[in-house]
Amino acid sequence: MGIIATSRLKSPWIMHFDNSSCNGCDIEVLACLTPLYDIERFGIVNMGNPKHTDVLVVTGPVNRRTARVLKNLYDQIADPKMVIAVGTCSISGGVFHNCYNVLGGVDKVIPVDVYIPGCAARPEAIIDGVVMALQKLAKLQGVAL
Amino acid sequence: MNAWIIAIVTVIVAPFIGGFLAGIDRRITARLQGRFGPPILQPFYDFFKLLGKSKIAASRLQLMWIYAYLVLMITALLFLVLRLDILLMMFILGFAGVCFALGGFSSKSPYSHLGANRELMQMLAYEPVLLLLALGVYAQNGSFLISQIYASPTPLISRLWPIFIALLVILTIKLRKSPFDLATSHHAHQELIKGIMTEYSGPYYALIELTEWYEIVLLLGIVSLFVANPLWVGIVIALAAYLLELFVDNVTARMTVGWMVRFVWAVGITLCILNLIWFWVFAAIKGVS
Repeated sequence: MGIIATSRLKSPWIMHFDNSSCNGCDIEVLACLTPLYDIERFGIVNMGNPKHTDVLVVTGPVNRRTARVLKNLYDQIADPKMVIAVGTCSISGGVFHNCYNVLGGVDKVIPVDVYIPGCAARPEAIIDGVVMALQKLAKLQGVAL
Repeated sequence: MNAWIIAIVTVIVAPFIGGFLAGIDRRITARLQGRFGPPILQPFYDFFKLLGKSKIAASRLQLMWIYAYLVLMITALLFLVLRLDILLMMFILGFAGVCFALGGFSSKSPYSHLGANRELMQMLAYEPVLLLLALGVYAQNGSFLISQIYASPTPLISRLWPIFIALLVILTIKLRKSPFDLATSHHAHQELIKGIMTEYSGPYYALIELTEWYEIVLLLGIVSLFVANPLWVGIVIALAAYLLELFVDNVTARMTVGWMVRFVWAVGITLCILNLIWFWVFAAIKGVS
C-alpha cells in the first residue's frame, strides 16, 4: 500500500470544470499549465476526462443548470477524489451571489476540500491550493509529503 | 529451459524499460516545449496511482478485450525475443490492435466509438506495411524466422532501407505521436476527450499503460532487427529512431484520419512495394547471368 499512497501524491491528474464563471479564473487555471508555471513538474496533467481524474478543479458559481452537470461529473470520478474550488465565485457565489439563477458556492452541490480565494485567483495561489490538497491527502493516508 | 528463462526475464524487465522510455519521452517533450518537465519516474507514479483507484467498468466485455490486448502484446514480444516467426508475430500484433479497437466499441460512449473507428483506420494504414516488411525479410533471407535475421551476415538495412523508412512512418502511428495522434489523443481533449481510452478508468487504464510499455519495447525491437548483427548497433539505431519520433511529435500538428491513410499508403506502401520489386528484378538478373 505504501507505494500506491506515495504515487497518489506524485500524480494528481486534474479536470477543470467551468460552472458559470466569467472566465477570469479559467484563464488563470490554464496559465498554470503554461511553461512559466509548468505544473507538470509535480506530475499534474489536465485530463479533461472524469474517469481519469483525481482532482476536480471547479471555477465559478453554481447555477441551476450546471448543478446537475457538476454532480454528474463528480460521481463519475473514481475514488479517492478531491475537489478544489477556485475563485471567490466558486466559494460563495461572489458578485453573482444574489442572481435569480445562482445557487451559490460549489459546496452547495458537492463536498469541497480546498478553497482558493481571489478574483481572479492567481496561478501561484492555485498551485498553493493544489499543494494544500495534497497535504490533506497525505495526512489522511499517514504519508509524509 | 533456457527459452523459459528468457521469456520470464522479458515479461518482467520489458515494462521497466518501456516505462523508463515513456518517462524520458515526457521529460524531453517538456524540454522541447521550454518547460522543466516531470520526473523520469513519473509514468510509474501514474501507473501505481491508477492501480490504487476504485474500479469502475463500463461493461464486462470491455475488460475481456483489454486483457486480450495485454496478453497478445506480451505474446508478440515473446516471439521477438525467442527469435521465432516474424510473419506470425505481425499477425499477433495485428490481433492485439483489433482487441483494443473492439474494447473501444464495447461501451456506449460516442467518444470511445469515435476513437475505435480511428484506431481501425490507423490499422488500415499500418498493417499492410508491417506485412510487406515481413515479406521483405523473406525476400532477403529466404526465411521468416527472426533467428535467421540474427544469423545472417548482411544486415537487413543494407537492402531493405526503403522498408526501414516506411517502418519509421509506421512507428509514429504505433507510438501514437503527433501527426498521427488520432485514436487516443494525448493533447486534443476538446476534440475527443481521450478517444478509445475514454471509458477505461483506474486499474484498467493502468493495464493499457502497461500494454503500451510492452508495445514500445516491441516496436523498438523490430527497428533494431534492421541491424541485428552486432545487436548494440541495432539498439542504438532504435533509440535514435525513438528520439526522432519525439522530435517529430513536437514539430508537427495533428492531421486528419483521411490524410494519414493517404499519406501512409502513398509513401509507405509505395516504398515497400518498390523494395520488393527491386528484389524480384535483382533475382531475375542474377538468374539470367
